[in-house]
Amino acid sequence: MGLYILRRLGSLVVVVIIVTLFSFSLIKFIPGDPVINMVGYFDPKKIGALRHQLGYDRPFIVQYVDWLKGFLHGDFGQIFHGVSGGSPAYAQIKRALPVSLELMAFAMVLTLLFAIPLGVLSAYRNGTWLDKIFSTTAFGLIAIPDFVVGIILLDFVAVKHGWLPANYTYWGQNHLDHIKSLLLPAISLAIGQIAGYMRLLRSDMIQTLQEDYVAMARAKGMPDRRVLWLHALRPSSLTLFTVAGLNIGALIGGTVVVEVVFQIPGMGTELFSAITQRQYQEIQSFVAVIAIGYVLVNLFIDILYTFLDPRVRSARALA
Amino acid sequence: MQELSLSPEAGTAPVGGGADVAGAAVEPVVVEQAPSRKFGIGAWLASIWLVGLAIAALIVPFTSLTTNPKYPNLADVGPFKSGAHIFGVDAIGRDQLSLLLWGARSSLILGVGAIAIGMIVGGFLGLAAGYIGGRTDTLIAGVFNVLLAIPQLVLALALVTALSNDQPHISGTSVSFTPVSPARRLIVLIIALGIVSIPVLGRITRANALTWAQREFVLAARAQGAKSLSIMIREVLPNVLPAMFSIALLGVGVVIVAEGGLAVLGVGVHDPSVSWGVLIAGNRSAISTGYAYLLMEPVVFIFLTVLSLNYLGDVIRARFEFRDSAL
Amino acid sequence: MSAEQFKDAPLDGPLLELRDVTTAFKTGRGLVHAVDGVSFSLERGKTLGVVGESGCGKSVLSKSVMGLLPKRNVERGGSIRFEGEEIGDAKSSDLRHLWGTQMSMIFQDPMTALNPVMKVGKQITESLRYHLDVSKDFANDTALQLLTSVGIPEPQRRVNQYAFEMSGGMRQRVMIAIALACGPKLLFADEPTTALDVTVQAQILDLLQEQQRERFMAMILVTHDLGVVANRTDDIMVMYAGQAIEKAPTRTLFAEMRHPYTHALLQSIPKLDQPSHSRLDAISGRPPDLVHPPKGCRFAPRCPNAQDRCREEVPPLAERETPGHEFACFYPVGTPEGDEARARNEAEGKVPGASALSTAAAAAASSAPAPPTAAAPKSEA
Repeated sequence: MGLYILRRLGSLVVVVIIVTLFSFSLIKFIPGDPVINMVGYFDPKKIGALRHQLGYDRPFIVQYVDWLKGFLHGDFGQIFHGVSGGSPAYAQIKRALPVSLELMAFAMVLTLLFAIPLGVLSAYRNGTWLDKIFSTTAFGLIAIPDFVVGIILLDFVAVKHGWLPANYTYWGQNHLDHIKSLLLPAISLAIGQIAGYMRLLRSDMIQTLQEDYVAMARAKGMPDRRVLWLHALRPSSLTLFTVAGLNIGALIGGTVVVEVVFQIPGMGTELFSAITQRQYQEIQSFVAVIAIGYVLVNLFIDILYTFLDPRVRSARALA
Repeated sequence: MQELSLSPEAGTAPVGGGADVAGAAVEPVVVEQAPSRKFGIGAWLASIWLVGLAIAALIVPFTSLTTNPKYPNLADVGPFKSGAHIFGVDAIGRDQLSLLLWGARSSLILGVGAIAIGMIVGGFLGLAAGYIGGRTDTLIAGVFNVLLAIPQLVLALALVTALSNDQPHISGTSVSFTPVSPARRLIVLIIALGIVSIPVLGRITRANALTWAQREFVLAARAQGAKSLSIMIREVLPNVLPAMFSIALLGVGVVIVAEGGLAVLGVGVHDPSVSWGVLIAGNRSAISTGYAYLLMEPVVFIFLTVLSLNYLGDVIRARFEFRDSAL
Repeated sequence: MSAEQFKDAPLDGPLLELRDVTTAFKTGRGLVHAVDGVSFSLERGKTLGVVGESGCGKSVLSKSVMGLLPKRNVERGGSIRFEGEEIGDAKSSDLRHLWGTQMSMIFQDPMTALNPVMKVGKQITESLRYHLDVSKDFANDTALQLLTSVGIPEPQRRVNQYAFEMSGGMRQRVMIAIALACGPKLLFADEPTTALDVTVQAQILDLLQEQQRERFMAMILVTHDLGVVANRTDDIMVMYAGQAIEKAPTRTLFAEMRHPYTHALLQSIPKLDQPSHSRLDAISGRPPDLVHPPKGCRFAPRCPNAQDRCREEVPPLAERETPGHEFACFYPVGTPEGDEARARNEAEGKVPGASALSTAAAAAASSAPAPPTAAAPKSEA
């Protein structure tokens, strides 16, 4: 088990190096001179000096290693403010990351809170009108992009009717308002995911319910509720968690857009302003941070898997 | 953004009662609801919508709707709805119907173009990885995994930013930035979203190719001394295609939605081009200002299109799985 | 219906009585008549063997009696009385208090019938805790005793294992322990040994028999193998295409087999007393389509004795010469009519099985009653 995690961490390092190499080389793709973008005006002397200061006149791989060293020590590059110089991007990321993580966690909790009971119920009542309504609704909801849900909810619920706040409130300002202000964005992110997970769990659960061990549990006289939640859910949830891991990518992408829609000062909004202001060093670091986070989450889910499935646990104990 | 991963639908138990039916076949038959195996009414409706939309998007430059989006009619500044403009007119006098159809043009070109790149490049790589195996497989699968380690929208965002960076113009000491042309932006979007879809389509193809490469008829072809490339294309590819095609249909929907997300971030197609995403992003506050239709019309168009694509994708997958299990 | 009523139930009548039980599945092709008009009664502590090919409805029958089949897409009919109470039309919520405590079931494949992600100990104790409302410690102790009694060494260690960590025979023992945990009066054993190694099969059957005697428990042993039921049952019912076609006390049945199908089933088992390399009959053809069964006798298309009458008229299941021996055939084996019919068919070259006879070395059989080997009628997939 320990060895397994160690091996996974090893492959994690490889992925991180390649991903950061990729995100680092983005800046090299950029047509024109990124330094001009940073400075904002043309002064050959100043640009030359800045190029040298940033080390852009050195070989690519040296620049990369240098950047990676800095990155690992929390130097996420500079945010340039034209003539007045720059400020470290680290502060921005440090402020924005927890906001995004909180939003994603909120959305994930909402998703599982609704998707699991709905999926179980739908599978249990497979083929009934209730199941048909649930499944058809879910199929429709999957086709609605999360930012569309966000735009409609923001405009209708918050702006037009004022039922929930349209602006983000920090936890420090007011706890209740903070949660309220995250509710609509979290719902926007969760709706499509609920529908997707519900369908997934439903189809897995329908198969599990036809398994002999479910019939066995029933033949022992266990009540349906116990059979569903204790016997059938855990084996059925394995696919769910695998997909959840892969889906974190979609959740991150959705969060980026939904944050911009709701003007939540998280990673998405920061990334958005970094792009509009052509802050390439910041973009680089953002992409790297997001990718590392994504890989870590998948590792976490993989470990979670071991706790859900004893077969995997024993296979890995031997590995 | 929507998930590209596919939920395996519950396979229906074989309808039995016949001769060699074992105990399992007289088990109750699970009646799976939509989408059904048959090419039913839902699939027809979905096809009609998509084909109709594609035709409309093709012919829109040759209709009277031609000029409106590009040359706003300032005499008819909206928003309003009238008999002549049943879909309404927006705040700068553009007819909504022509915007929607011009938007369909961009969105569909984008979706199909990006997925075509993904299918050709990802398909070839996946096929090679799955069929050849060994080191080739390790390498290609590794590349897919790395590409998948960056969330798709973030990757697309980074690529679009890098590939369509505004051009600096230097005059004296002042620098001004000109956005790239709409056509170039569209091409960049297609390439970026195409690159994003490569690992997704590639991985599916690889997984399928892996199972097919072990089938008897492939082994038989190999034993007869057929060349690898010819086996790959003649024996493996035709069997992998249905799965790829089903994923590709869903993928077109995902790309259309992804462009919408990019439009909200300000990096969708460029003015004066429009896409559904740009229309949605541009009409974000339409409900509270009382012109909800400006927002809801492109929303409905995206919804119906993605719904149709998903539905058809599921129908194909259901058929494919059926064939697969019948072997 | 409540548990109270069952306490007052008469203890003298049969434990289980089926009358004209039918079970049909609704499918896209039409109704599949998996069980079609089956009747029998089972006394306390006795064993009934239900024998037939795959797909003859024998497995559906036990699930149907227990009420384990889903309500949707299933049509049930006839009367099922357990301890005098009608349970044929009861909802599963009304039957639940019977499951585990009054009747219990062992499934065919121990690989799939144990929960893969639940420790086996928990799978035993949960029904104890639920039905008998005992303490955790008591349930754990009982589980250990049960595992010991079904012959599992080191039960202390085994309770904390998962099914995948055990061998097939071990799993089947665990399943028996689970089924017996709450002391049922009736046990359905659905092909309990089919998925096991030949060497383990006899052990499991012996274990079932021993447990059954100790607990004075009735058992319905469902199998495709006449060899399995030969020494271990009181009565045998042979099923074909959803119907009972021959029913008799075990001794009687083996002494005078009347139905050509039963006869063919027995012929397909290799025997020690036959000279080696003697021909072994396999039943040719396939069971009929249960959506559109043949008009007359369902076995007629495959029967060596079949005459025109068999294809037109359904032979009734009735007692003829020996009391308690019922069979449904116009031209039974071992009777002048039957022999004559067969001779006629052979003369006309119409015996369906003649070309499909297979040979098998008698050496394949190792002990009597012969365990099933390669030549079993049609092994369950």
